[in-house]
Amino acid sequence: MTMQSNPSGFIQTIASIGAAFRLAGQAVIRMVTPPLDLGETLRQLDRIGVGSLNLTNITALFTGMVLAVQSAYTLSKFGARLYIGEIVTLSLVRELGPVLTALMVGGRVGSGIAAELGSMNVTEQVDALRSMAADPVRKLVVPRLWATLLMLPALTVLADAMGIIGGLFIAIFQEGLTANFYFARVFRALAFNDLLLGLTKPAIFAFIIAIIGCYNGLNARGGADGVGRATTNTVYAASICILIADFFFTKLIIGLAP
Amino acid sequence: MTEPVIVLDRISRAFGPNKVLVDASLEVNSGEIVAILGASGSGKSVTLKTVNGLITPDRGNVDVLGHRVNELRERDLAPLRRRVSYLFQGGALFDSMTVFDNIAFPIREHLKMDPGELTQRVATLLRMVQLDDVEHLAPSELSGGMKKRVAVARALALEPEIILYDEPTTGLDPVTGEAIADLILDLNRRLGVTSIVVTHDIPLVLRVAKRVAFLEHGRFVFDGTLEAARTSGPKTVKRFFEAGVIHA
Repeated sequence: MTMQSNPSGFIQTIASIGAAFRLAGQAVIRMVTPPLDLGETLRQLDRIGVGSLNLTNITALFTGMVLAVQSAYTLSKFGARLYIGEIVTLSLVRELGPVLTALMVGGRVGSGIAAELGSMNVTEQVDALRSMAADPVRKLVVPRLWATLLMLPALTVLADAMGIIGGLFIAIFQEGLTANFYFARVFRALAFNDLLLGLTKPAIFAFIIAIIGCYNGLNARGGADGVGRATTNTVYAASICILIADFFFTKLIIGLAP
Repeated sequence: MTEPVIVLDRISRAFGPNKVLVDASLEVNSGEIVAILGASGSGKSVTLKTVNGLITPDRGNVDVLGHRVNELRERDLAPLRRRVSYLFQGGALFDSMTVFDNIAFPIREHLKMDPGELTQRVATLLRMVQLDDVEHLAPSELSGGMKKRVAVARALALEPEIILYDEPTTGLDPVTGEAIADLILDLNRRLGVTSIVVTHDIPLVLRVAKRVAFLEHGRFVFDGTLEAARTSGPKTVKRFFEAGVIHA
């Protein structure tokens, strides 16, 4: 329908996807070739990682608690409340931890990147970089990409831990289990594949968030309105891409190593 | 006169259906100060951006200091861009950096300079634009005039042969505007810097330019001396000067 009613819009969307892939390719080449702007990368590590800690940890803590409450309710029908630890851990490590952390970081960091680069673009700061023979991809995109790639897996590990602790509260105070019993179940549930899946997903999501944020920011046009559109589009596109990538990657990993 | 260092040969550029430049041609000789005038939206800034490759024309050629700019890839433009500075209309200072880091940026990018020498160089550049003790400030802490002067200092950092000024005095008080005009003249006289000044500011044009080019609907409808523009130029050009002088 979109294609028929607005062919130029469809072509523009395809062109934008192509341009975003081109930006991703340029960024990857520059990530592995010196020089790296270390100062800017450290600044971004702080902003993206440390700045997101409260958001992702609180989200994970309450998600773990809700998961434990729901699991206890459902499992009690089968007399299997003792399995709360396994359910909470596997759900968090394999799925909810990476996805929820990525969605939270995508909203906060992706939109932040788009807003910052968008403002730089509309105030000609990106043109100023180019006019001084500096490469905007190397100066602006690569530090944000490295920082998101390094910090999202770290935030996900912390979020997984917080979620498991949230589940522990419910296990102890609602279900009357002991901490030792809960953790024994937690560690018994985890296999190498779960950790692999739980740590690979954040890296893929980080790439998606950083590239979509940078692409929208560097293509923002038309003042504050354009910057606003860039940030909204980033949250929208990053969220959808994260969920789609999650499905296909999970299918792939389960297919390869069930 | 000396040979042209900037040659725009019948360049055209459109943004969607909007034809901003249509077969526009202009030559600027070494050591000249040329003012480009025209109504808002006549294509002045786009013309300026084609000179250092920030915008590529759809048709026509741009030759600067012997380089065919429109045929160079972004990374191949680097050596030329070190020799051609651009002063952006709003200054385009980097918000995340201090004044010092803004001015030091092009030096750090292209020259190897020890920290002491760099500090000296930045201080010298700031003195040239009559600012001192602002190195540690963020751009958001500066007034409009100070931002513009810091941007000028940054544009001078690599000692360019050509400076492209996009509305250098817009939004400035008359005294600061006069200081910027003096600086443009001084750089031209002392260092032989070739300059293109895109502006609406007629007093600035009268003060610095020997030659005027007038853009109308994407074409240069007049290119001649300042005196000719005021006396024997097309009606629109003469009217522009009269209105500008009255408003000043």
